[in-house]
Amino acid sequence: MITINGNAIQLTAPCTVETLLVERGYSLQRIAVERNGDILSKNRYADIIVQDGDTYEIVSFVGGG
Amino acid sequence: MKERHMLLSKDEIEEVLIERHTLPIHRKLRNAGAAIAGLGGLGSHVAVMLARTGIGSLHLIDFDRVEPSNLNRQIYRMKHLGRYKTEALKEEISEINPYISVRTDTVKVTENNIDRLFRDDKIICEAFDRAENKAMLVNYLLEHRPDTFIVSGSGMAGYGSSNSIHTEKRMKNLYLCGDGTSDIASGISLTAPRVTLCAAHQANMILRLILGEKDV
Repeated sequence: MITINGNAIQLTAPCTVETLLVERGYSLQRIAVERNGDILSKNRYADIIVQDGDTYEIVSFVGGG
Repeated sequence: MKERHMLLSKDEIEEVLIERHTLPIHRKLRNAGAAIAGLGGLGSHVAVMLARTGIGSLHLIDFDRVEPSNLNRQIYRMKHLGRYKTEALKEEISEINPYISVRTDTVKVTENNIDRLFRDDKIICEAFDRAENKAMLVNYLLEHRPDTFIVSGSGMAGYGSSNSIHTEKRMKNLYLCGDGTSDIASGISLTAPRVTLCAAHQANMILRLILGEKDV
């Protein structure tokens, strides 16, 4: 079980953060991700394996200004 | 008849600001500064609102020039067409309060120059138009500049309810203003009222941070 933006999510298989984000519909170039309270650098999304108990906070940006 | 401008002295402006804001608040504002990255519909209004509060200094960053398509929602006027936004906005601010210290950088912000550009800034307003650029600046600052407050605008397109525009605190020091969802890419336009509403959320959050209020 992991938590994304306060919602509990059941993972079906082990995966990287990148896979998790893509599968959940996030556009990788338009987000900022905090993992267990620390900002996660974009170039580490593909390396980090999601662990049971992880807490993610994901901010998505939309265009316009 | 020739147009006449009355230029208030620094003391005269200070006097009215103190009368309006009280001395303790005026002192905090006068000793504070903010950087504004992107001087479009959000950034141009944030800058002018902060200028009106009597903020001590503003750091304005944008590489673009004023275009006709900007006039529907940005603070510029026809006389500014073709000029760099940094210069046009600096001029506008000088006509409101010429005693604000305004620093400009007419460059495109990239991951390679963020460190240098924002080295002296403690409060940084993200006011870009493209989502990818917003994410780029915010990611970099969260990762490399944990000492800064970031006030970002996201989701103000269209003419949806004013009340869906709000301010929220995310992560450690990121303040997010907007409705979070209405995207210019979905074909809905940007209009002055809603963009300015979002800009006002950003400006007020910056004001609150300057005055020591860290909650939204």
